[in-house]
Amino acid sequence: MVEKQFTITDEAGMHARPASALVGAVSKFKSDITIEHNGKKVNLKSILGVMSLGVPSGSVVTIAADGEDENEAIEKAADVMQTEGISTQ
Amino acid sequence: MTQTMSGIAASNGIAIAKAFRLENPELNVDKRTISDAGSELERLNSALEKSISELEAIQKKTAEQISEKEAAIFGAHLLVLSDPELVGPITEKINTENVNAEFALQETTDMFISMFEAMDNEYMKERAADIRDVRKRVLAHLLGVTIQSPSMISDEVIIIAEDLTPSDTVQLDAQFVKGFITDIGGRTSHSAILARTLEIPAVVGAKTAMADIQNGIIVIVDGLDGTILIDPDDSAIEEYKQKQTAYDQQKAEWAVLKNEASVSADGHAVEIGANIGTPKDIAGVVDNGGEAIGLYRTEFLYMGRDQFPTEDEQVEAYAAVLKGMQGKPTVVRTLDIGGDKELSYLDLPKELNPFLGLRAIRLCLEMPDMFRTQLRALLRASVHGNLKIMFPMIATLDEFRQAKALLLEEKAKLQSEGVEVSDSIEVGIMVEIPSTAVMADTFAKEVDFFSIGTNDLIQYTMAADRMNESVSYLYQPFNPAILRMVKMVIDASHREGKWTGMCGEMAGDEIAIPILLGLGLDEFSMSASSILKARSQISKLSKAEMADHTDRILALSNSQEVEDYVKNLVNK
Repeated sequence: MVEKQFTITDEAGMHARPASALVGAVSKFKSDITIEHNGKKVNLKSILGVMSLGVPSGSVVTIAADGEDENEAIEKAADVMQTEGISTQ
Repeated sequence: MTQTMSGIAASNGIAIAKAFRLENPELNVDKRTISDAGSELERLNSALEKSISELEAIQKKTAEQISEKEAAIFGAHLLVLSDPELVGPITEKINTENVNAEFALQETTDMFISMFEAMDNEYMKERAADIRDVRKRVLAHLLGVTIQSPSMISDEVIIIAEDLTPSDTVQLDAQFVKGFITDIGGRTSHSAILARTLEIPAVVGAKTAMADIQNGIIVIVDGLDGTILIDPDDSAIEEYKQKQTAYDQQKAEWAVLKNEASVSADGHAVEIGANIGTPKDIAGVVDNGGEAIGLYRTEFLYMGRDQFPTEDEQVEAYAAVLKGMQGKPTVVRTLDIGGDKELSYLDLPKELNPFLGLRAIRLCLEMPDMFRTQLRALLRASVHGNLKIMFPMIATLDEFRQAKALLLEEKAKLQSEGVEVSDSIEVGIMVEIPSTAVMADTFAKEVDFFSIGTNDLIQYTMAADRMNESVSYLYQPFNPAILRMVKMVIDASHREGKWTGMCGEMAGDEIAIPILLGLGLDEFSMSASSILKARSQISKLSKAEMADHTDRILALSNSQEVEDYVKNLVNK
């Protein structure tokens, strides 16, 4: 399993657009991928799950992937967070 | 007989037309026990597929006709339809509980809807509407019900609805839909935001519109103040037609001014800028034709979080603002915290008189590490635009010198590290403490510019706490004492070839503008929505004529006399 932490810098927090981009991007990976915020962990392939975390600006989230393509999955997630401009690592 | 109702003004403008009720079809969901889970799952999948292809069509239409940004929400809706945490539990319910697809869908979505509605955040609460929108679409397919769509309207109408779903709203054709009224929703709901983009007058949160407004009846929507008139009489219609014409004329007049310079009737140019709090505000500044940022309040970057923003985070925010302004002057005020503005992660001792205490530049000089981080971030971002740095709450020349020395030290450090830094950054101060206004001539020799912060300058000059209701009568922007100080500051800067701006409430005030123009103020900074109005006002004033009146205005004995004098002058 690999995991990585991100600080959400977008002032609106993890809102619908970047959340959609993130979910859309990781859904094609075979690995189980989760995102954790404030002790609550959800499936990163679920837009409802991610939105239900209600991640505000300035908070830290942990993304973890477990499976055959876990490294690629994490890399892709990091990439999307960067291009969507919502976080720094 | 005219009946009046009021709600939340969501999108400016006035519309007068027949009411068109957008009824929500009854999508009654009964719980049934099914015998063949396989065929029930097929029904579900077929409804999901039909919904997906509809949404893809709506997404495409929105992207083409409105914008990619508005279309993004339908990308999120599509993800909901294939969400494993939604489809999984629905499938499982059908398989293990032998319930019908409608019931399984209803129960599962209900859980998410109540989860979002319970969230302590306006934006997240609104997301419950997205789930309802998606659910309605799938349910309609499962039940074989056709949903009324706004795209079918071919008559000039005002839509009355319980709420407009995001997909309803993008199908609104501004040619026919003159306005809309909804019973629920707020200024940040999708429908409200889209109404502003499409420039359709709208009132939301009217509560009883669906109950009280019949199909075909004439309705007036006043999106400027949230008023709704049902079945208005002729005189009301006439009154609102005039209001509509006046609004349209004003809008047209202001729109023309958007890309114009701010020039008085006798050809004197000034700069009208905006006060902003976050990089997101830039869009509004550009939309309203702002020529500069006269005040970027950086404290918002530090608020609503549990630790200081890092240098990199700050660089990102400052660079975003500078890039967004495309080389136009951008005055960034360094951290103004303390006083009434607190940070949860910065434990400052309670003070008896916080407004007279350790705040703004005083705090920054007391905590140089924190201050240096901000200065480095500003310097690193400086290559992206026309940065001007401003220190708040300067009371003595020594404070300015200390702050500037720190800035120069950090600049030298960065340059020795090989980091590129702009060489044309102006460094100025806020004038908000009377001692600084009085000493403006001395300051003017060392600073590059002044910006007068009227709220604090008035508070400190009149010795009246602006949070204290019982002395609120002393908040007197037009008191000659204040105006004389403003004049001293402007004159002092001009004698040294420097400039003076104003970034308090006063800069956008229609009584203050003629006086300030006459006094020779160089830059007026205000909320973005006031810019075009101010530019329009200045274009009709003669600077020379106003300058002729200033001596007389400054010789008046009190605030009321000044106000009366200017009103009389302007109305002539």
